[in-house]
Amino acid sequence: MSTILKAVHFKETALVIASAMGLKVTVEDSKCIQANAFLQAGIFQEFLIKEEQVTFKINLTVLLECLNIFGSSSTPGSTTALRMCYAGYGSPLVLMLEEGGVLTNCSIKTQEPDETLDFNFCSTNVINKIIMKSECLKEAFNELDMTSEILQILMSPDKPYFRLSTFGNAGSTHSDFPKESDMVEAFNCTQTQTNRYKVSLLKPSVKALSSSVRVSIRTDNRGFLSLQFMIKNEDGQVCFVEYYCAPDEDMEEDYDS
Amino acid sequence: MRFRGKLVDIGCIQHFTRVVSTISKLAKTCTLRINQSKLYFILSERVVNGGVSIWCELTQGHFFNEFNMEGLAEDANEIFLELTPENMVKSLKSAQNAKWVKMKLTKKHTPCITFEVELPSLTSHSRTVVHDVPVSVIPKRLWDEFEEPEMPDFDVSIYMPPLKVVRNVVDRMKNLSNFVVLSANQSGELILKVETDLVSVSTHFRDLTHPQWTKDKDPNVSQTPTQTQQRDPQEFVEVRVDIRKFAQFLSSQQVGPQRVICNIVDNRIIHFFLLHDDVSLQYFMPVVSM
Repeated sequence: MSTILKAVHFKETALVIASAMGLKVTVEDSKCIQANAFLQAGIFQEFLIKEEQVTFKINLTVLLECLNIFGSSSTPGSTTALRMCYAGYGSPLVLMLEEGGVLTNCSIKTQEPDETLDFNFCSTNVINKIIMKSECLKEAFNELDMTSEILQILMSPDKPYFRLSTFGNAGSTHSDFPKESDMVEAFNCTQTQTNRYKVSLLKPSVKALSSSVRVSIRTDNRGFLSLQFMIKNEDGQVCFVEYYCAPDEDMEEDYDS
Repeated sequence: MRFRGKLVDIGCIQHFTRVVSTISKLAKTCTLRINQSKLYFILSERVVNGGVSIWCELTQGHFFNEFNMEGLAEDANEIFLELTPENMVKSLKSAQNAKWVKMKLTKKHTPCITFEVELPSLTSHSRTVVHDVPVSVIPKRLWDEFEEPEMPDFDVSIYMPPLKVVRNVVDRMKNLSNFVVLSANQSGELILKVETDLVSVSTHFRDLTHPQWTKDKDPNVSQTPTQTQQRDPQEFVEVRVDIRKFAQFLSSQQVGPQRVICNIVDNRIIHFFLLHDDVSLQYFMPVVSM
């Protein structure tokens, strides 16, 4: 569970929404980027909720420390059992962890939930979509020129198909990913789009990318970016983390024809 | 004053290195006391040390093949030196494969402990490395600052759970608060707790054992078993300590698996006692009031 939460941990606080489907943990920054981690009810051995939906704000840094109280590296043969309880509005989130006969109880104060942004990203407005194996994208993202303020993403039905560009102090770099590459699992690009995003906002998504096996990259008619990461957790179960990012407003979007 | 010792067995050299390494992680400077039968690494309880005090005792015969010392005078046959243990560790690190190590009290530009290390060589010529560790001689009038601490009249005495587990938990708790409360009872239970405005975390260890203190086991013990028997064994006593100092103590331990005893006087004293065949280490931490 902590792998999934670490993938969205770029701010101190997170919003937790619990429903019958499971838990959704949301982290936002600058009103331009939002990350959502989905822990579906199925990954838990037991998941009970009395109300339709329960929402609270919590310190994600503290939550992660508690989840990893017995150490972050798991020793072979040892498993940690976890139980989480929330008694309703105003109550703390209570965690009970057990490993090797040692029991830890944590009680974390919750706060009034904030409104989260609705990026209004729906599949009907998706112009370009690529699904690829995370491996090759990891390399490209790790080598991103941090002196560049902007990451430019070009997606097109024509060459170069998928290009990541940065414009830093040393010069510009372009990484091209041809659609025929066996790293690319699905390629649905209808229109050539070039969009620019602030590198500083996208950097946190690298954490999610490095834990993932597969990623879907989509842009809509407004240039908004959706990254969806498929992460396998410690027990082999599959969870999703998605990042939404608004395009950089200082630059004009240019649509090459 | 003279001192000369030689370590020959590679196991002894490595063991000695680990002991000094532990000390170096606990104190920047300390006192080395030498007499005919023992070596001591001492940190006395002074404000400048942050209230921590250390007493580490080694039986010389278990480490040294050859050992000669002549103290200050016939009626004061001891040597007290102040040094930086990290410097000793650095010298000993070069000896991990040595044929032998000699330690000598010498006078170079300042008094030193000189380490001579004979290293294995492929040729018939020998390779020797020499390190000089500067020390300062402590005058006799200050010697009574470095006496063995009295075993406290503890309320609870318990064997710690494996330090590795405690260390993992405390390393995490360190990120949540500056202080941790240790509580224990005479029924095998130990609890570590941190509490702040935002979060409270408590880790509960059970089924721990207790040392049986008798006058025979340790002649220095003034504590009789009846003292602890008078308490309700389920009742907890507690102390609040600086979490960083506790974490430092836990991460300093280099000498292998051993029994670690924790003695607590409710809200006043916390004392750790590590016992090995040839080494004993006592560590007192300052207690912060609740």
